[in-house]
Amino acid sequence: MIRKSRALVAGTAALALLFSAAACGGSDDADSNSSGAKPEFNAALSKVFNPSDKKGGTIRLANAGDWDSLDPGETYYGYSWNFLRTYGRSLLMFKPTPGAEGNTLTPDLAEGMGTPSDGGKTWTYKIRQGVKFEDGTPVTSKDVKYAVLRSTDKQTFPNGPAYFEGFLDLPEGYKGPYKSKGVNTDQAISTPDDQTIVFHLKTAFGGFDYLAALPQTVPVPEAKDTGAKYKEHVIATGPYKFETNNLGKNFKLVRNEQWDPATDPNRKALPDAYDVQLNVNADDIDNRLLSGDLDVDITGTGVQPAALGRVVGDPNLKAQTDNPLLPRLWYTSVNPTVAPLDNIDCRKAVQYAADKVGYQTAYGGPLAGGDIATTILPPMIPGYQKFDLYPSADGTGDVAKAKEHLTACGQPNGFETNISYRAERPKEKATAEALQQSLARVGIKLTLKPFPQGDYFSQYAGNPPFVKSNKLGLALNGWGADWNDGFGFLSQIVDSRVIRETGGSSNTSVRIPEVDKMLDTAIAETDQAKRDAQWSPIDKRVMEEAVILPGIVAKSLIIRPKTLSNVFVSEAYNMYDYLSLGVA
Amino acid sequence: MPDGQAFLEVKDLKIHFPTDDGLVRSADGLSFKLERGRTLGIVGESGSGKSVTSLGIMGIYNKRNSQISGEIWLDGDEIVSAGQETVRKLRGNKLAMIFQDPLSAMHPYYTVGHQIIEAYQVHHNVSKKVARKHAIDMLGRVGIPQPDRRVDDYPHQFSGGMRQRAMIAMALVNDPQLLIADEPTTALDVTVQAQIMDLMHDLQAEFNSALIVITHDLGVVAELADDVLVMYGGKCIEYGSASTIFERPEHPYTWGLLGSMPRMDRPTQDRLVPIPGSPPSLINLPQGCAFSPRCAYEPQTGGLGTTVPPELVRAGGSNHLVRCHLPTEERQRIWAEEVKPKLEAQ
Amino acid sequence: MITYIIRRLFAAVVLLFIISAATFSIFYLVPRLVGSTPETLATRYVGRAATPETVHLIAEKLGFYDPIWLQYGRWVKGIFFGADYDLGATVEHCPAPCFGYSFITKTPVWPDLVDRIPVTLSLAIGAAILWLIFGLSIGTLSALRRGSFLDRAAMTFSLAGVSLPIFFTGMIGLLVFSYKLGWTAPGGSYTDFTESPSAWAYALLLPWIVLALQFSAQYARLTRAGMLETMGEDYIRTARAKGLPERDVTVKHGLRAALTPILTIFGLDFGLLLGGAVLTEQVFSLPGLGKYAVDAITNNDLPKVLGVTMMAAFFVVIANLIVDLLYAVVDPRVRLG
Repeated sequence: MIRKSRALVAGTAALALLFSAAACGGSDDADSNSSGAKPEFNAALSKVFNPSDKKGGTIRLANAGDWDSLDPGETYYGYSWNFLRTYGRSLLMFKPTPGAEGNTLTPDLAEGMGTPSDGGKTWTYKIRQGVKFEDGTPVTSKDVKYAVLRSTDKQTFPNGPAYFEGFLDLPEGYKGPYKSKGVNTDQAISTPDDQTIVFHLKTAFGGFDYLAALPQTVPVPEAKDTGAKYKEHVIATGPYKFETNNLGKNFKLVRNEQWDPATDPNRKALPDAYDVQLNVNADDIDNRLLSGDLDVDITGTGVQPAALGRVVGDPNLKAQTDNPLLPRLWYTSVNPTVAPLDNIDCRKAVQYAADKVGYQTAYGGPLAGGDIATTILPPMIPGYQKFDLYPSADGTGDVAKAKEHLTACGQPNGFETNISYRAERPKEKATAEALQQSLARVGIKLTLKPFPQGDYFSQYAGNPPFVKSNKLGLALNGWGADWNDGFGFLSQIVDSRVIRETGGSSNTSVRIPEVDKMLDTAIAETDQAKRDAQWSPIDKRVMEEAVILPGIVAKSLIIRPKTLSNVFVSEAYNMYDYLSLGVA
Repeated sequence: MPDGQAFLEVKDLKIHFPTDDGLVRSADGLSFKLERGRTLGIVGESGSGKSVTSLGIMGIYNKRNSQISGEIWLDGDEIVSAGQETVRKLRGNKLAMIFQDPLSAMHPYYTVGHQIIEAYQVHHNVSKKVARKHAIDMLGRVGIPQPDRRVDDYPHQFSGGMRQRAMIAMALVNDPQLLIADEPTTALDVTVQAQIMDLMHDLQAEFNSALIVITHDLGVVAELADDVLVMYGGKCIEYGSASTIFERPEHPYTWGLLGSMPRMDRPTQDRLVPIPGSPPSLINLPQGCAFSPRCAYEPQTGGLGTTVPPELVRAGGSNHLVRCHLPTEERQRIWAEEVKPKLEAQ
Repeated sequence: MITYIIRRLFAAVVLLFIISAATFSIFYLVPRLVGSTPETLATRYVGRAATPETVHLIAEKLGFYDPIWLQYGRWVKGIFFGADYDLGATVEHCPAPCFGYSFITKTPVWPDLVDRIPVTLSLAIGAAILWLIFGLSIGTLSALRRGSFLDRAAMTFSLAGVSLPIFFTGMIGLLVFSYKLGWTAPGGSYTDFTESPSAWAYALLLPWIVLALQFSAQYARLTRAGMLETMGEDYIRTARAKGLPERDVTVKHGLRAALTPILTIFGLDFGLLLGGAVLTEQVFSLPGLGKYAVDAITNNDLPKVLGVTMMAAFFVVIANLIVDLLYAVVDPRVRLG
């Protein structure tokens, strides 16, 4: 899935201790904050911390890895979508506002939200007048069309999201504008005039506005397109443009003089420049954030284990952090293709016997790990409703209930099965061990089966014949949505039609025809409120079948340096809103 | 120079090395004199302290692990009490040394010329060019053919004899007034030995320097020395002119040495009278006379040999000293009646 | 001498080819042997949402369906004749020597390597100067004052230096000197020498010291052992007998001889470092070959891994060759004997 966690070399516990001892002076001047805002834990979680309209300064950002791609047509990381709004304008965007409102869409390049017609199969957008590329050329609907079409060339942009080629009514055998030159694509996207763009879909999709907010709708001028090399110099439409770009090392954004604030109600554009370093040692990033030598850890996945010890042990440092919930569920697939889990009572026994606290501890506890989950949907998804079909007093499981269901299942003394996990992930191993222990309380014996993560879904846990023949009754799994919406979150993990017999799908256990139908109905609904109301029933229906054992909803601990103003966590990206930051 | 003082005068020289096992008395109260133009041979088995003595005179010892006392007067200057820098300036200049085994004694990474030039330049403030000319000249004088070409060769490119000549050239480059040669011919074959000894003899005459030849080989001494000092266990046990030592030696150890001396004028190379036993450890010298455990005549001392250390006393010849408990007459008798005939019979 | 050099160069080229074939096999053949298909190899180059069709397209584009020898042949051909890569809108020609093309970053590998050599070179040279100065002088002093307090302190220190890993000393160094005291540059602040020599030195100072610390320790021990041996040699006594000042005796005669074995080790160490000071570059986020290798491995970017491996192998082989030749220069007995 998308917002891949980028846990690099993790420091040892001993090192963490040593750092916390050696560097406890890091927060000496925590009280001398001149900007007046008093730092406290979670101060930027649902409101703006240190609000400011002061312009100027340079924001320094660092990425522990390489940027996946700066090309709006191919980038597929949440942090990149968050940051891309500084130099690119998609048709719609998530509102740069704190709180739940930040997870709602607002027009950006378009004048208004999409207008559906034909029952949600046709979507029309009007583009604002006066928006220009950094070279002064006006942006037209054709630039948006070109941008979307080129992104469907998966041989050139294999890493990008594949929604458009899935939904658009493209001509048979269309391979993108490079290879299918001159092919008429008006049946998929038409541009009646320079300000209007119309998307024609194969099937109705009520949530198309979310696709219109993808970076793939950021206009690309055909004349400046260099294909896979375009990422070396993306032509800006936002308030910033590339001054330098050294792939794999660093790049710098400076003000784009052609950006007209009058065309843009969303962006404050406070800093004069963004200075981004790539491939920086992850532990060093944490230290620099804490010392004020760096402003933003751009991947927003949270501190490394070494710094975690330091931060948790020092109230002054902890006051400089936020702990947002992420739209990522760590869960366990309960495969009904493996006997005796084909019996619903045996699956329910697993649900009752599992110790969720152990699950949480395996992932690092409530601060760095996350909150215990009882549903598939995480709380920030619109339409989420809290419920718990398999309750236990303190989250550690209900042994009596589990035994009851085992008896009902005809396995009163328990049974044996296997649990798979990704060998490279110590947290998954710890989780598997925790489940092994808690299920053993009712006689369910688990055998641990680690597999390499590179082929985990294609060959092992996501390969149905393999699952069946190797009796992988349980498989550790995880999922995060491309955007915080029921469709984005559920479609890849509860729709039975994404399961491929050749392997490669995250969904391995959910094959409920009724759920497939419920999804189709919800997806076609163009009214957002009505659509959102349909996600939780799907969630509940899947939970009734007990084929998914939710573990925890992930959380991250992110550092909020004193050097920044206007800081808040975006509910859309679940890290700081990079578009709104200013220099304190 | 004070009246009556010789060019080189060593008085009660002691060089001791404290070790974990005890005090090593490598030189223990040595005294001797040497004038310019004359040659002193210091003779003894390995481990008798003769090399340490020579290094002591050169001032090459580590103050941190050795104790030195006594006096060394060289041309009126006292060396033992002088500062290290003063001695260093004398070293290689007024007093020089030739070492045994020139292959290991010369630096393998520098040319022969470089090593001679270095020796010259350290004491003469001249250009490299001048020093080089001097070095080539010197190599020629010690009998190295084509010195202007061989000057740029490395030591390993020289034959053994040539290396020893080069070593001598290096020692003589600063016209030293005192030259110490430590086993100068040991590593060489017999014909070359003779050449080298001739060379040293000639050069000494030419430079009029004082020469100390340190060796275990009385043949070398016979060839070169005017005076001879026999060392045993860090002490002088017999001293006298070469003729005295070879004609009328009075110490049983010297007799032993003479007996084990290979004779170039005889076809047989057998060592007919080897000295029994081995040299004493310089840490635990035997009680009484250091030589007593190996001495055939020890029973004739009446027990003195193993209890009382003998003093260095006047012997029969003029300027002849010996360290032995046996009465003078008895020594002379044994030499004349028992030892000498046996040696001549060889 | 000339034939010797030619023979050695030829052997070096052959060795590099063997290394390249072995590396290629490890990354391309071994996965096949343990059951990977062209498609599973291609999944490394596509997003997680990719359809089987996309995976197939990419596997085809990258030539994963071809026999392994053909893929290797293509790679070797690229080194000598260059290769062309389809970028969609354009075709990019990767001129010889084309050491592969990264489909993850869409860049040819060779310019990346060339771009990163100066960083690694700066780090290696600076550190080498420091560690030679400190290692040799500490080792020499230790040997001359054997058993003294200084000797024991230096050897204890050097034991610590050898045992402490760079990621530990580096992180502590950054924390204390960069972030607490502010004396040295924070991580990731490398600037090209040509851009600003002072910023270059400022950014590299701490990495130099940290890297040199580890090597100094090792070199101090080596020098000490070597000096103890050579200072007991006869030619040292000769040098003293010539009346040379003790400093000349120690340096010109003692150290000169003790240096020869150290030179060998230095050549190999330096060659290895040029291949990438992996830990140091990682800790200080220096964009050199070592960091490049780590990033390439993290991202599963095989052409880059292959390229940087070849580069490292090249440096080690060349360093070996240079050491052998230098040995002849340093030790006349080898040269002529």
